[in-house]
Formats: sequence, structure tokens, C-alpha cells
Amino acid sequence: MLRSLAGAICSLFFMTSIAHAEGSIDQAISDIVAPIVNPIVSTVFYSVPIFGTDFPLIVGWLVLAATIFTIYFGFVQFRGFKHSIELVRGDYLDPKDAGEVTPFQALATALSGTVGLGNIAGVGVAVYIGGPGATFWMILAGLLGMASKFTECILGVRYRNEYADGTVSGGPMYYLSKGLSEDGRARLGKFLAIFFSICCIGGALGGGNMFQANQSYAQISGIFPFFEGRGWLFGLIMAALVGVVIIGGIKSIARVTEKVVPAMAVIYVGAALIIILINFTAIPDAISAIFTGAFAPTAVAGGIVGALIQGFKRAAFSNEAGIGSASIAHSAVQTKHPVTEGYVALLEPFIDTVVICTMTSLVIIITGSWVPGDGVTGIALTSKAFEANFAGFGYVLAFAAVLFAFSTMISWSYYGLKAWTYMFGEGKSKEVTFKLIFCVFVVIGASMSLGPVIDFSDAMIFAMGIANIIGLYLLMPKVKALLKDYHEKLSSGEIRKVKELAAAE
Amino acid sequence: MPYNYIVGFDGTDQSRRAVDYAAAQAEKSGAELHLVFVIEWSPYSFHTAAELAERKGRRVQELKRAEEIVLPLAEELKARGVVSHAVARHGNAVEVLCSLAKEKETAQIIIGRTGDTALTQRLLGGLAISLAQASPVPLTIVP
Repeated sequence: MLRSLAGAICSLFFMTSIAHAEGSIDQAISDIVAPIVNPIVSTVFYSVPIFGTDFPLIVGWLVLAATIFTIYFGFVQFRGFKHSIELVRGDYLDPKDAGEVTPFQALATALSGTVGLGNIAGVGVAVYIGGPGATFWMILAGLLGMASKFTECILGVRYRNEYADGTVSGGPMYYLSKGLSEDGRARLGKFLAIFFSICCIGGALGGGNMFQANQSYAQISGIFPFFEGRGWLFGLIMAALVGVVIIGGIKSIARVTEKVVPAMAVIYVGAALIIILINFTAIPDAISAIFTGAFAPTAVAGGIVGALIQGFKRAAFSNEAGIGSASIAHSAVQTKHPVTEGYVALLEPFIDTVVICTMTSLVIIITGSWVPGDGVTGIALTSKAFEANFAGFGYVLAFAAVLFAFSTMISWSYYGLKAWTYMFGEGKSKEVTFKLIFCVFVVIGASMSLGPVIDFSDAMIFAMGIANIIGLYLLMPKVKALLKDYHEKLSSGEIRKVKELAAAE
Repeated sequence: MPYNYIVGFDGTDQSRRAVDYAAAQAEKSGAELHLVFVIEWSPYSFHTAAELAERKGRRVQELKRAEEIVLPLAEELKARGVVSHAVARHGNAVEVLCSLAKEKETAQIIIGRTGDTALTQRLLGGLAISLAQASPVPLTIVP
């Protein structure tokens, strides 16, 4: 397997060296990919003019769904929040299940797929284009998105496949096909599952890969000028590292990331908190900037709608609620009732968007780093904001960004792989083929300019939401029935906290 | 209600000494032996999605491997006339041994003192001090 990886990397080297002879490699790669990417982007982001601003229908589609699930499940994200914390803490963990996947582990893994550059770079883009008001819409979308995550992760566990060798596969492709065939909609279910899988592969290669590679490269080239104009070289290094983990199965690198990524997340949030506390006098102004920016923005293209679109887009891109990706990671959990994982999963958009994204945004606003139209956007804007208080934090941020990107890539390689094997069947050679393609896209992502990469990433990830949400609408009565059953079992005492169980015995 | 000796065993010589000591005591007192193999595991660790998907299968394999180590020993002791049970569990060694001790009305924990490998260090090395502080029952550390 390692040999085939080495072969692929060598041939890439060969390709790129030919391109190099004819001019900039990065330009060459961009030229090849752009004509394929652009039509996809314009289809997914079909926009209608609202109050003079183009509103992409897909963003409305996701937020509308989140709102409908919120109402349909009776504001479960607020009423069930305490229960979610109890489940993650392990209050309901049966000691006999020691060694199985716990709710905490499933949540942490799903989070490692979503907490990433979206929280650092994505928020930078949202605030730059949408102004401080984008934060308000981002938080709102995050809160609503909790209900979407709740719905999709319950279905993920309910319709997962458990194989004889003890492996578990779950996610939208399984609940779409199995769940809908129960209602006599087998053909629709199959169609949606395949549509979802195609988009999921695209999303894995786009947002889960190219965007990550691209932004890590931007960070590294800022620190090491050697890499400037050599995105392909950085891409090759990154691809080799990713390949070693996902193809070579070398656990040591994954182990290191497992230790370092949560530590970086703590450092990031800690630093953000310190900056917010140091500048606590600026908090009221920042909050007022967020609210006025949300409802009466100035200096923002498109006014309210402009701020709203940016906020909604970034929230959706960052926490992926309604997209269906997290459902794949959550499906492996050990639970006696699918509903528990819904409660656990709803914490994901909360931590990702309502806590972490909001912190990034507050730091940008509080430090006054947002200057409309000055061109400092994305991760550069976030970096500037942190540097305002911690000189040299840019380096920490760069390191964190690359690590987050790496762990997000590892997660998405798995999501993409599951969609791939759903379509083409399980099997070693099929899996390696996908993983090799994944590695090639790391190089492409690092070589292209940000604009086309971000557009393609958003497009594919949002397209997953089209099939997924149609399925969620059709399947939500089943979720409601499961929820009713769960609450009956909770109140009858059939499902109890471990402590209560022990006391009863 | 028989007296219970809960003995940490991980296949190392040190843990074997603890077992031999416990068996010798049990022969005299008629106590029952519980040979416990703890597979280090935390409910709060962090894994990749691919690892989570394989977890259920891995868990079964880990338990099987642990039982392959403890079961023959239990059989050997049974042949000597000592009532012995083989136990394999996931978790933190201190917590697992203490919770087993709590399950029995009368018990004591017996462990070996030091280990050589990193794993045994975790299982039995640091374990002695932690158990001394946390054990709900008398604790014997066999040098």
C-alpha cells in the first residue's frame, strides 16, 4: 500500500515538474480545475435577488430546515440541553459497556471534523464581508442548527449497519435508503442516498480537503517565505502525511494529532477568552456593534441581507448542521437508544459555532481589527486580531490552523470513504483508490487560489444538505416516534442513570 | 460468603508473584481468587472516525486476548484446588480493581509492585500508590 502511495506521489511530482517547465505550477493546476468547478458552484449557489442582494437559496434551505426541526421537536436544543450534558458526562454509561465507543468519544471525533479552519479562517471571511452583524446571524444559525444535528444523528444510529466483524457503518446514505424504503419509497431513498454520496465525496475533497490544504499553505507560506509560490510542494508534503495515516495506517502520527489537537483547541479558546477579558471595557461596544450590524449595518455590501448571508453561510459551513457529515461519525456510538446520540450531537453546533466561532468573531471586533475594504480577510484577519494582544500569536495560530486542518482532513477522508464504499462497495483496492484520489486533491488544494477553492468547498458541502434534508423531512415523524419512546422509557425508569441503577440494586 | 482475593494480573513476572502469593494464602484460608486483567481504556479519550467504526470489533478482540492470558492461569490454580475466576475488563486499573472489591462483601486486593514495560508501569507500578489511596478494602503489595 505504501508503495502505491509512493508511486502516486512520484507521478504527481512528474506531472508537476512538466507543468513547472511551462510556467507556474500553481497557475497550471488552477487552470485545469477552474472550468470544472465553476459550473458546479453556480448551480448550487443559485441565488435570487432580495432587497438588492443575491441570496443563495441553499443557505435559506439549511436555515429553514433547522427552524422547522426546532419547532417540530419543541425547541429540543434548549429543553434537552441539560440532558445532553449528562449523557456526554457519562451519567448513563453502563459499566458493562466499558471499552465501547462512548458519547464523549463520538462527540469529540465529530467535533474534530468540524472544528477547524472554519472557526478561524471562515469567521474571518464572514466578519470581513458581512461585518460584526454577521456574528449575530451566525449564532442564531448555530442555535437552530442544533435541532438539525439532533435529527440526523438519531437517524444515523437508528439505521446504521453493524457487521459481523464488529465494524459499524452509518450516516445519511444508510438512513436515506433504509429509512425511506420502510415507507415504500425505496427508489427515492436510493436516489437520495447516491446523490448524497456523490456530494459527500465532493465535500470531502473540497471543504474537507482542498480548503484545509489551501488555508494551511497560506499560513505556512506566511511564515516560511521559501514556500511562497510553491503551494504544490507544501501540498505534496501534506499529502504524504495524510497518506501515511489513511493509507499506510501509521497510527503514530494520528496519535500525536489526537493529543495535540485538543490541546490546541484549549489554547485557542483560552487565548480568545484572555483577549476578551483584557478588553472587557470594549465588550458592550462589541455587542452593540453585533446587534446594530445585524439589523442596520453600514459599510456592508447588501445591508442586513449581506450580513445575514455571511453569518448563515459560515455557521452552516463550520458546524455542518443539516449537511449529514457528523451523522457518519456519531453512528459508531454504543447506546441502548438512538435518541441519546441526538442529544449528544446537538452540543456540536453549540460548541463549534455558538462558543468557538463567536469567540473568534468577538476577538476580531473587540480588537478593532475589522477595517471594511482593507483586504485583510480570512485567517489573516483572525491572526491580526490575536496579534493585537499577543505578539507572536500568529505563529501559534498558524500551527493550530495546520493541525486543525490536518485532523479535519483525516475525518473527512473517512466520511468521503464511507460515501465511496457505499456507491462502489467495500474492498481494499476500492478504498485505496479513494484514499489516493484524496491525497492528490491535497496538492491541488494547496496550489489553487482561495476564491475558487472556497466556492467549490461550500458548493459541495451544501449540496450534501439538499439530499439529506429532503430525507430528514420525510423521516422526521420516525424521529418523533423514537423521541416519544425514549422519554417514556426515561420517565418509567427503564433508562436510568448509572448511579440510580446502582442505588436501586 | 467466601473471602475474596482480587489479584491484578497482566502476564508479567511481577504480577505472577502476586498471584502465587495470593494462591498460597488462599490454599490456607479457602478464599476465592479473582484474576483481573485490566485493558487500559478511558471513556474520554479521542480517536479518529475510522477507529470508532472498528471499536466494537476491537473490543471483542482485546477481551479475547486478555482472557487467553488469564484463563489458563485460573485453570492451573483450580487444578491446585484454589477456586479461581478469570476477569478481563476495560477501564482504569485502579477503578476496575476498586469496583470489583466493592462488589464483594469481603475482599482484599493483591498486586505486584513494579512492572517493566510502559503498560505494566501503568497497570502495576503507579497502580500501587494510587490503590493505597483509593482502595476500599485492605491492600497487599507483593514485592
